[in-house]
Amino acid sequence: MRGPSARYVLRRFVIFLLTVWVSATIIWVVPRLAPGDPVEATVARLIADSGNFPGAQDMIADWRQRFGLNDPWPIQYLRFIKSAVTLDFGYSLVSFPTPVIDIIARALPWTIGMLAIATLTAFSLGTVVGALMAWDRTPRLLRPLLPASMIFTALPPVLAAVFLLFIFSSLLGWFPTMGAFGRRETPGWNMDFILSVIHHGTLPALSIVLVSFGSWALSMRAMLVTISGEDYTVLGRAVGFRPGYLLWRFMVRNAMLPQLTALALALGSLISGAVLVEAIFNYPGMGTVLVGAIRDQDFNTIQGAALILIFTAAAAVFVMDLVYPFVDPRISLEAR
Amino acid sequence: MTETLTLPATRRRRPRRRVNRPLWIGLTLIGSILMLGVLGRLFWDTGMAFPAEAPPNLPPAGLTNTRGVTGTLAHPLGTENSGRDMLAVLIVGAPNTLLMAIVAGSVSTLIGVVLGFVAGFSRNRADPVIRLVSDVAYTIPPLVILIVVQSAVGEVGLYTMALLIAAFDWPRPTRQIRAQVLSMRESGYVRTAVMAGASPAEIMFREMLPNLLPFIAASFILAVSGAVLAAIGLEVLGLGPTRIPTLGTTISSAIDSAAIFRGMWWWWGLPTLVLVVLFGGLLLINIGLDAIANPRVRKEAGQ
Repeated sequence: MRGPSARYVLRRFVIFLLTVWVSATIIWVVPRLAPGDPVEATVARLIADSGNFPGAQDMIADWRQRFGLNDPWPIQYLRFIKSAVTLDFGYSLVSFPTPVIDIIARALPWTIGMLAIATLTAFSLGTVVGALMAWDRTPRLLRPLLPASMIFTALPPVLAAVFLLFIFSSLLGWFPTMGAFGRRETPGWNMDFILSVIHHGTLPALSIVLVSFGSWALSMRAMLVTISGEDYTVLGRAVGFRPGYLLWRFMVRNAMLPQLTALALALGSLISGAVLVEAIFNYPGMGTVLVGAIRDQDFNTIQGAALILIFTAAAAVFVMDLVYPFVDPRISLEAR
Repeated sequence: MTETLTLPATRRRRPRRRVNRPLWIGLTLIGSILMLGVLGRLFWDTGMAFPAEAPPNLPPAGLTNTRGVTGTLAHPLGTENSGRDMLAVLIVGAPNTLLMAIVAGSVSTLIGVVLGFVAGFSRNRADPVIRLVSDVAYTIPPLVILIVVQSAVGEVGLYTMALLIAAFDWPRPTRQIRAQVLSMRESGYVRTAVMAGASPAEIMFREMLPNLLPFIAASFILAVSGAVLAAIGLEVLGLGPTRIPTLGTTISSAIDSAAIFRGMWWWWGLPTLVLVVLFGGLLLINIGLDAIANPRVRKEAGQ
């Protein structure tokens, strides 16, 4: 098995770099194009909060100086790029002495862990369900179950989260309503803590799985309908392979390739969905960080969290792109 | 459909007037949301969609809440905690959400059609650029960028939000339409037209565009659905238009006020239900359009 060609890797890496750079630039440019001045707005908010506020003009001038807003734009831009590369997003404006990167470092593992488990579950479940939907030997009992499970596909994960929260937390009380582990647990590799994490993570993960496995199933089924007419499937059938062997080894295996492409492409929206679900469940991941920062107008944190999320998405896609040629050797040949 | 009429009669067991059921059910569902907005304005006081216009925390008519207050017909769907009438909120909010999504979907589909055609047509010049740009844009999680943009812009109106959403949702239609244009270029009738000396504009608008219409429509529906999704996401995070009621802002305020745990299911449940109808309707329309655009699916569905 040959690895991907250098040209292919290079192109993917350029896309990765461009993605991060373009979004970082958008994040930098837009607040400067937007009407209003963040410094004046923040000071105005302080004035509104505390009533009388002497020396507001001095404070505005001082802040402009401190944040370097008086420098020419190219210098400001270069400084921003430098801070993005060094992951130094400054301090959180609300929980002041904490650097933004610390807040993110605490939240990101929760998001990635939950998202990875939920996505892998949804992807495998959807692939199997889709394969069974297209197969002519699926047991009669399973048949009506499969399309019925598709109804959730039309829902966004946030709404599924709201429903699950209502049914399983509010009405039945089976699952906790917020957080990632019980207040009494001490984080670490002990059984109680792990069980508590699973208990708290079930509903957030389930809301992602419920709404996303259906679309994997639908695309898998569409793919199998095509593949079941291909020559090699017909040949396999004529040779007399067992139907199960034929399904998994001949048909599903070939259908997996486009599925994997779709998975790489879906990562961006999966992250968006996970962020929202976390916000609903108060899960201590990036979603909750973002909600808090938006509420408090903590712009440093918003920028930092957004950049890290974009970086994570782009890196995940890049890794998928690198793995892909090993699954399908034709890719690196085509990319010449 | 004209070529099917020339088939020998023996091959056609029954008259081929199959109704595209998913399409019609989907259109009916979306239509009923529009009707709610249009008829509701005629028969209901929509001023009650704003705070303090009705007594707060009333359950729907005939039901009794935890404090023993029974809902009345004056507010048949109940009210929320700042005194908005839920029926009025739905009448005003549902069309707002739909309108916003349709504007966003139209803009991003239009961008997609233009770029997709340019890329698919001029394979050597513009295509690599457009492909690279849309590959890059596709990787960026749209919601994350939108969060930054909206929190910087501050209070937005419906149309600003629609345009912002469209600005980050054009790569998908662009990629889809480019792929279709590329495969269509190789098809027999386009080659014939090229050989007959048709100009590129003629090929685009006379040969390709009409054939792509069901496909573009499906892409548009997907964009509308994606726009609702993005809007709900932003609104749940508290970034939507705050002065105009929409379905998302209503759900967002319900979540913020812990309506789920206060037993006020009508507050978050009713807008969610309308959204389920909306998403379901869009999905069905898409399945229906797919059956028109994709002959393979059509054949399979006819078996």
